[in-house]
Amino acid sequence: MSTTPQAIPYTEAAVPKKRWLSRQNWERIVSVVILLPSILALGLFVYVFIGWTGFISLTAWNSAAPDFTFVGMQNYARLFIGSGTDAIRFRYDIRNEVGFLVLFVGGCIVIGFLLATLLDRKIRGEGIFRSIFLFPMAISFIVTGVAWRWILTPGDPNTGWIGVNLLFTNLGLDFLRNGWFTAPTVVYFHPETGVGQLLTNIGLGFLATPDFGYAVAMTSIVVAAGWQMSGYTMALYLAGIRSIPDDLREAARVDGASEWQIYRHVIIPLLRPVTLTVVVILAHIALKIFDLVYSMTGGVSAGFATDVPALNMWKTTFDATKFAQGASIAIILLLMVGVLIIPYLIWQTRSEEH
Amino acid sequence: MKKFVYVLLVAAMLLATIGTAAAAPNSAVTCDQTYTVTAGDWLSKVADKFLGNVKAYWAIMWATNQKNAEDSSYAKVTNPDALEVGQKLCIPSQADAEAFLKDFDPTSATGLAKLFPQGAKGRLIVASWWTNGGEFAGLNQMFEMFKKQNPDVEIVNAAVAGGAGTNFKGQLLSQLLGGVAPDVFQLHAGWEADTYNPGVLIVPVDDVYKRNNLESVFPATLLAMLKFKDHYWGVPVNIHRSNVLWYNKALLDKAGVTPPTNWDEFFAAADKLKAAGIQPVALGGKDGFELQHTFEDILAGSMTADEYAGLWTGKTSWKSDKVTNALNTFKKYITYANADHDALTWAAATQLLIDGKAAFNIMGDWANGQFVSANFTDYGWAPVPGTKGTFVALSDSFALPAKAPDVANANLWLDLAGSKPAQEAFNKQKGSICARTDCDYSSFNAYLQSAAKDWTVDAIVPSVTHGAAATPSWATKGYADAIVLFATTGDVAAAQAALVQAATDAGFAQ
Repeated sequence: MSTTPQAIPYTEAAVPKKRWLSRQNWERIVSVVILLPSILALGLFVYVFIGWTGFISLTAWNSAAPDFTFVGMQNYARLFIGSGTDAIRFRYDIRNEVGFLVLFVGGCIVIGFLLATLLDRKIRGEGIFRSIFLFPMAISFIVTGVAWRWILTPGDPNTGWIGVNLLFTNLGLDFLRNGWFTAPTVVYFHPETGVGQLLTNIGLGFLATPDFGYAVAMTSIVVAAGWQMSGYTMALYLAGIRSIPDDLREAARVDGASEWQIYRHVIIPLLRPVTLTVVVILAHIALKIFDLVYSMTGGVSAGFATDVPALNMWKTTFDATKFAQGASIAIILLLMVGVLIIPYLIWQTRSEEH
Repeated sequence: MKKFVYVLLVAAMLLATIGTAAAAPNSAVTCDQTYTVTAGDWLSKVADKFLGNVKAYWAIMWATNQKNAEDSSYAKVTNPDALEVGQKLCIPSQADAEAFLKDFDPTSATGLAKLFPQGAKGRLIVASWWTNGGEFAGLNQMFEMFKKQNPDVEIVNAAVAGGAGTNFKGQLLSQLLGGVAPDVFQLHAGWEADTYNPGVLIVPVDDVYKRNNLESVFPATLLAMLKFKDHYWGVPVNIHRSNVLWYNKALLDKAGVTPPTNWDEFFAAADKLKAAGIQPVALGGKDGFELQHTFEDILAGSMTADEYAGLWTGKTSWKSDKVTNALNTFKKYITYANADHDALTWAAATQLLIDGKAAFNIMGDWANGQFVSANFTDYGWAPVPGTKGTFVALSDSFALPAKAPDVANANLWLDLAGSKPAQEAFNKQKGSICARTDCDYSSFNAYLQSAAKDWTVDAIVPSVTHGAAATPSWATKGYADAIVLFATTGDVAAAQAALVQAATDAGFAQ
């Protein structure tokens, strides 16, 4: 970027032409001045408040009256250690969050990619289909949550089936009926059989508990969130596929590759940056998910089978006025998002430098 | 040019004299001097500079607001912490300031009202979560009454939608913490006051009680419930009952069942209904309070009223066998409920009763409003089994923020809220009963008439789910979460241990 300054021989004649600031320095100063307000605002409203939240999480401020007594990691310990209600609920939150993260991101990628490849066939009315698949993204999660709650409310054999269960009943597919987001089932390795026993034997028995299982009720949230976001994933993939030059496909065809082989060895590898972007975007949505769960189940169904950390954080802070406890959940949530985003940012900065 | 400046100066001086001459005769306060706020000023600094006393900022606020009523060039200071550059302040004389401060009490409602000139004007900001249906209609009735009494006050309805104030409370709390306040706001009477750091974010309204003689018209048990840290923090406008067992008469007749009075009778009746192919119980859970609500009523029915009230004051141990029994009863109760209870709101569960799809439902008496608006008449009610003679109560009240912009108007509203005509008008619309015991119920519906009768004779105990019995952290976290887990696991021992822990966390060692 910078050019090595040439030594200008000092002459009387050169003086009047010399600017007190070189154009380059001037531009640099202007850019700093222009950026300064947003840097300051960002610093204050993001980083100072992150620091403040971190500080609060180490205090005893667990009622409406601020109390800044330092209590160390006590608020964190309450979330992880012991069999108290707070710990149980938080362990369930993490379990649900991980299950949701994996299925939601995975599901969106598979469906989004499939839709994108289908649309790439240059079918007639592509624009219409694209809009149809993209539209759910324009809806707020709150609306999605309410709509899917209505669709997936299970009903009861005595008071009548509702929604999808009613549809299944009318189609004679009774075996497909289930409790959806009210299902209390948690799938996990049972400590006395198979993998669970193996885990117990090698001293990893704690993995063979419901805390490390998958709450089936979470599937309903995955369906609703996937419905909303797979169209967006499709759009990203479609843009990615379209940006692959046709020459590459042609070359592969000339070499006698089948369509499947073209996808397997040409397109999918070239889409890797898109996939990474999709993963990061969807994963941080998944980690921060709040409004969808709030409107769909409130998090309380089937003994916190659909509760997530963000919801717990909000309830703890504003309903129960346990500010320090809520701050500790916020910090854990931040760390979880950080684990995901920071490697991505590093990767992105590096690839920009190249 | 010079001439012009002189003319302007003379004109300005003349105008100034006219201005003072016109204002002077009505002036109750004389300003020793005036001061214009510059950047970096705060009121106590100004007070220290001119009056030699940081606490005299109240006197400056008082004098400036009095002046403002006559001469709008003076500022109206509604929040002593938030001065704006350019505001013109009136500094009273040392003697006037001392006279004002001598009997000024910043921790009381009437005290704060003195900071503002008398004579209702300006605005009244009323914050609540009453946005639709009967409660909205009731609030509007109160607005109309207020307008008639104080035609010059503009009422601002700052309502936020959301059942039981779920959205309202978080928003209000962050506003209050940030120093922005409405004039009055809705508060569940009792321990919910603790949410707002009583004494800091909200101030006592004892004066309102005194001057309206409210202590003689509210039942003693309600007064005890309202009193928190030895003060009243809100003026109650209504009473709801939590422990009501609603039933669909036609379904009970069909199965040949009579309304049960204890749990044995209830489960016998439920079995009969089941045998007749009728869903015995409709239950909700989606809004996160229905299960806790049901359990508090079962709890109140498993012990005497005093013992139940003692659970929340440390007098009764949560380790008691009676709590165990209540948990077992609740567990059994759930087995008779619709399987999808976690997906239904309380209103959807009530709808099952209206639709004739379920026979019993435990819910507060706001359910009555739903029966009425659905034009459904074939329903009956009884106290939740075991709670005859006990009235599990919750009450909406109006509280006064410490930084209410217009405390004078807020006081007028609180006077109205406690009055008989306002309570009669409001509650008839809302479908609740008066907190006062002297209301005329002749034009209320049958349920409300029966509730009003019970209100005067029953033992009144506070509802925990609706903010009356315990701190928010105990009610909405410790107690609430334990019940959510229990409803799914059915583990009585674990649930009782969690409830004991919740009480211990709240400061009541078991």
